[in-house]
Amino acid sequence: MFSVKGYEFLIFVIFVVDISSALYFHIAETERKCFIEEIPDETNVIVNYKVELYDPRTGGFMPSSPGIGMHVEVRDPDDKTILSRVYSSEGKISFTSHTPGEHVICMYSNSSAWFGGSQLRVHLDIQVGEHAINYGEVVQKEKLSELQLRIRQLLDQVDQITKEQNYQRYREDRFRQTSESTNSRVLWWSITQTAVLILMGAWQMRHLKTFFEAKKLV
Amino acid sequence: MIYWYFTLLTFLLVVLNVFSSEITFELPDNGKECFFQEIKANTTATLEFQVVTGGQYDVDVTLQDPLKQVIYQQAKMQFDSHSFTAQRTGIYSACFSNEFSTFSHKIVYMDFQVGEESPLPGIGDHVTALTQMESSAVDIHKYLNLIIDLQTHHRLREAQGRKRAEDLNERVQWWSIFETVAMITIGVTQVYILKNFFNDRKPFVAGR
Repeated sequence: MFSVKGYEFLIFVIFVVDISSALYFHIAETERKCFIEEIPDETNVIVNYKVELYDPRTGGFMPSSPGIGMHVEVRDPDDKTILSRVYSSEGKISFTSHTPGEHVICMYSNSSAWFGGSQLRVHLDIQVGEHAINYGEVVQKEKLSELQLRIRQLLDQVDQITKEQNYQRYREDRFRQTSESTNSRVLWWSITQTAVLILMGAWQMRHLKTFFEAKKLV
Repeated sequence: MIYWYFTLLTFLLVVLNVFSSEITFELPDNGKECFFQEIKANTTATLEFQVVTGGQYDVDVTLQDPLKQVIYQQAKMQFDSHSFTAQRTGIYSACFSNEFSTFSHKIVYMDFQVGEESPLPGIGDHVTALTQMESSAVDIHKYLNLIIDLQTHHRLREAQGRKRAEDLNERVQWWSIFETVAMITIGVTQVYILKNFFNDRKPFVAGR
């Protein structure tokens, strides 16, 4: 029916077409936009984006705006920057998490406009874990049969689920620690409060007693 | 040959023109955030959202079709999901608004799923019936997807609970420090004010 070469071409076309059909939103030229991804460790994240600049002459958005660059910053749960770079108006960023938790992905244009500037339309697609795997590439590289590929996908999914479960344990542990800490704080505080009240009362009484005696009021 | 490419290309583009965007974003106080998505006619789409932290965990949601007609609108919802079939091709918008809240900033999770999941390359276009092995593999795949979905929900609920617990912990700490200081100050000032009454008798005399 069709040659292998034609098939590669198809995959390529689909891959290129992909991002324009993604979700998009608008930001001002100087605005900073952040997204949070709560992910387990050793998880792959792929961010695809495309920026279009508002064109006041046509009232639409320019499909390509070579002048615009996007600054992409990725921070891990300990607030350490794992990626910070300026990319062109269209790009694909991928990173692997090393600590489980909330990863923050921030984007802002390198525009020098001080007062708002014009509007930007940002197409964004964030794929995490097994969604980030491009099975088109896997097929080409490893020459798997349909069934093998399907099983491969199942394995990837199970792998992701296991990671998520491990992460869940980790978070549950943190949650419990917080609760234990609250519990002990409440306990210790009530003990301290009682002690302070008793000491305060005793001191007040003694102090006033000596005072009244000195003043010969009693 | 060329003809084949084109039929297949259009077919694949239609099938593969599906998107699931999972996004977690911050919604500032008094803020409004809109997301847009192009949907082809007769495609089923699902919008799911959940407020992870902030305030009463509620948000206003509006879903509009290309003609700006409201398909779905909810005020102060904590979480929900809404499925619809697109009546016409065009840009659909989903807006999350926090305009009713003046001081609590929120974190909202959103999943906008359009169409069915794209088939694996080489599998979507095959015509013969699936073997038992293949169909059970497909079933397992579906169930695993379900598990992943449920896990996401669980994770978000857990995040809600955990964030609230962390908040509580911090509040307990600050409140106890504050109250200890308050108790000591009140205790000491009480005594000194009382002593002052007896030291300085003039106001009493004048009062009588």
